[in-house]
Amino acid sequence: MKVTLQVWRQKNRTTTGDFVSYDVENVSGDMSFFEMLDMLNNSLISEGEDPISFDHDCREGICGTCGVSINGRAHGPLKGVTTCQLHMRSFSDGDVLVVEPWRASAFPVIRDLVVDRTSFDKIMEAGGYVSIKTGGTPDANAIPIPKFDAEEAMDSASCIGCGACVASCKNSSAMLFVGAKVSQFALLPQGKVERKERALNMVATMDDEGFGNCSNTGACEVECPKEISIINIARLNREFFKASFN
Amino acid sequence: MALDSKIPEGPLSEKWTKHKFNMKLVNPANKRKYKIIVVGTGLAGASASATLAELGYEVEAFSYHESPRRAHSIAAQGGINAAKNYPNDGDSIYRLFYDTIKGGDYRAREANVYRLAEVSNNIIDQCVAQGIPFAREYGGLLDNRSFGGAQVSRTFYARGQTGQQLLLGAYSALIRQMNLGKVKFHNRTDMLDMIIHEGKARGIVTRNLETGEIKAHTADAVILATGGYGNVFFLSTNAMASNVTASWRAHKHGAYFANPCFTQIHPTCIPVASDHQSKLTLMSESLRNDGRVWVPKKKGDDRNPKDIPENERDYYLERLYPSFGNLVPRDVASRRAKEMCDLGHGVGPTKLAVYLDFEDVIERNGKPWVVEKYGNLFDMYKQITGENPYKSPMMIYPAVHYTMGGLWVDYNLMSSLPGLHVLGEANFSDHGANRLGASALMQGLADGYFVIPYTIGDYLATESLKPLSPKDNVCTEAVKNVQNRTKKLLNINGSRTVDDIHKELGKIMWEYVGMAREKSGLETALEKIPKLRKEFWKDVKVPGSANEYNPELEKAARLADFLELGELMARDALEREESCGGHFRVEHQTDENEAKRNDEDFTHVASWEFEAEGKSKLHQDKLTFENVKLTTRSYK
Repeated sequence: MKVTLQVWRQKNRTTTGDFVSYDVENVSGDMSFFEMLDMLNNSLISEGEDPISFDHDCREGICGTCGVSINGRAHGPLKGVTTCQLHMRSFSDGDVLVVEPWRASAFPVIRDLVVDRTSFDKIMEAGGYVSIKTGGTPDANAIPIPKFDAEEAMDSASCIGCGACVASCKNSSAMLFVGAKVSQFALLPQGKVERKERALNMVATMDDEGFGNCSNTGACEVECPKEISIINIARLNREFFKASFN
Repeated sequence: MALDSKIPEGPLSEKWTKHKFNMKLVNPANKRKYKIIVVGTGLAGASASATLAELGYEVEAFSYHESPRRAHSIAAQGGINAAKNYPNDGDSIYRLFYDTIKGGDYRAREANVYRLAEVSNNIIDQCVAQGIPFAREYGGLLDNRSFGGAQVSRTFYARGQTGQQLLLGAYSALIRQMNLGKVKFHNRTDMLDMIIHEGKARGIVTRNLETGEIKAHTADAVILATGGYGNVFFLSTNAMASNVTASWRAHKHGAYFANPCFTQIHPTCIPVASDHQSKLTLMSESLRNDGRVWVPKKKGDDRNPKDIPENERDYYLERLYPSFGNLVPRDVASRRAKEMCDLGHGVGPTKLAVYLDFEDVIERNGKPWVVEKYGNLFDMYKQITGENPYKSPMMIYPAVHYTMGGLWVDYNLMSSLPGLHVLGEANFSDHGANRLGASALMQGLADGYFVIPYTIGDYLATESLKPLSPKDNVCTEAVKNVQNRTKKLLNINGSRTVDDIHKELGKIMWEYVGMAREKSGLETALEKIPKLRKEFWKDVKVPGSANEYNPELEKAARLADFLELGELMARDALEREESCGGHFRVEHQTDENEAKRNDEDFTHVASWEFEAEGKSKLHQDKLTFENVKLTTRSYK
């Protein structure tokens, strides 16, 4: 099949970008979206043009490196799927696909479809951990944890930090990302010791890094490739209020 | 140089304890005066960086990723082994040690492997304390499962995302130290060369992937935790950027490369669909716990698998290995799958696949049970292939997954280049000729959390190192060399893209240095690879410039090193006139087509010294077995 791509091209952080149109022929349904881009890039290189830069690595949906907006939807049209796991069989012959980087002021564009998400690391630095050192820990079975709690914590911990939630949010809020981490630890006895500082510090850093607030539209939950629930945002709010008032 | 593995004296179970006591310590107040460079932030690199910083050392960590959390350890699915014996099924440190040595087909070091088994329990304690949500039972205690080739249930897991959770744990420890200012992290920074001063590893040369700036960084010791080199095959389960460059640069400066031909071909991957394929996806081996592997008895049987009656199916692993069945080690399962397909029993459009069937377990335990245990893997399969594995069996085929070979290290994890320490998949030390499932995560974290923090102190306390600044000649020279190499790559301006040449290399490697190797094929590879390398340097086309974000330039520099490594792998495979673990030489097999070792001549680590491009010298590091008896592995 044949698809037409309208791709955001931007040389670096300081220049302005624009859309450029490419017709891609001989696309097969078994190709992943990135394999289609690989094919296009190889022909661009052969023709002496600049290939399209995009972020990707594991290509199996777990590293969180990839992510582009396709026709306005983070990671494309499917539910619970990262861009690297999206296959061309999800599109039809003749489709026009508008391909953009994540749009958020906290995620500046580095080049083309590649953005800088180090702001996420900054938030994690502010409290995304249990403050223990290596060694001297008790036996792993010393603290029983109800299976249900462990499963819920695992649901939250499944976040891959791709930034689709931010890209989908009209406020560019990182509440789902922060909520997932705060929840994971709030649900487990190991994390309860520092729950107050964690919630306060991570939220403060989130604000400092230029992410917006949550207005409960739920777009993040819809586009999250790991289907992280907005229950995590409710938990974050609760943790934050509890920490703020006592 | 003669290799000294520095294995401590004394009984196996006391070696590590005694060694820890005998090693020199660095005074707590002095630790901050030592700077350590850590390259790579996967399980081994992140855990090492965090732990060394906690101890008080000044740490600088480097990754070509945007964030430490992107490292490919994140993709490990199945689990992590430990000798906790929580299920009360007869496990022990000794049994984990024994299984790992046997699983590696007696080509790993006893002392290293025993230490690995010994610290395995600390790893689980550490990870639970970090808040990693491992699977639990209803009573609240940790759940275990049995995993590829083990007869006890010793594998801890977090759904099919164990690597992700362990890496996020190590990452959390690392960012905590970053926040405290104890670790300086350089993201999107690629290591392109080593800096050697007075015979010791003292720093690295890096390229900033966004600006193209090439820079020298110096330290008192360097740690490489840069993963494996499976991407030499182009198609593998590795991430796209995984590469050998850090190890290869170190190798060219004097670090010996050990057992380069030891490659693990994983039996349960999604088969190749077309020429455009960029990578292969693993379906966790845990699926073999409940899935049954079969092919049609009739050759070329094109019927829908549902229409093939039970008595016309060959559950060949259960037939050949009644006691281990579908759980035979990876090398055995892979080779048998290839054999079935070579005999004409393969299924699917390419006939290069076998079935992995869940019908029985869905019937026995119900679909919800399967969803809870394997849901994410089934979803992934459906997403990639477009087929529903709850309804028809999965199709799988072996793919390159892990490299047991790597830089040679001694018991202290130091390479033959003094000051250079190598952790995790990047070193060769613990898996012999075949790695057992759920052992890679264990090794990465053992090296980073519990081994290097002790052994590097001994090195620093015993060496007297002169100050070295990035402005010194040796550093500016190294920077110049990297700049020139970069220029050279950009100036070729030939006609073939990097991917095009990489795919050709991959095909040579898979064809001649893949699952079954023979003399004539290896000799063909040894002719073809240098030719291709020449062509690369004459005809590759790298677009763009040096001072910008340029992924094609990154790929080209990595491929240049793969083109040298591939040749060494073929040479090593040719030299090793035996079959062992994942290394199968067609000339050396038993009457039942099993691997036939040659213990008399090959109970050693083949350690290669770099002499010139395409020229290496072999050193044998003898393996001595004082505790286990070398037997023929049997999984019948």
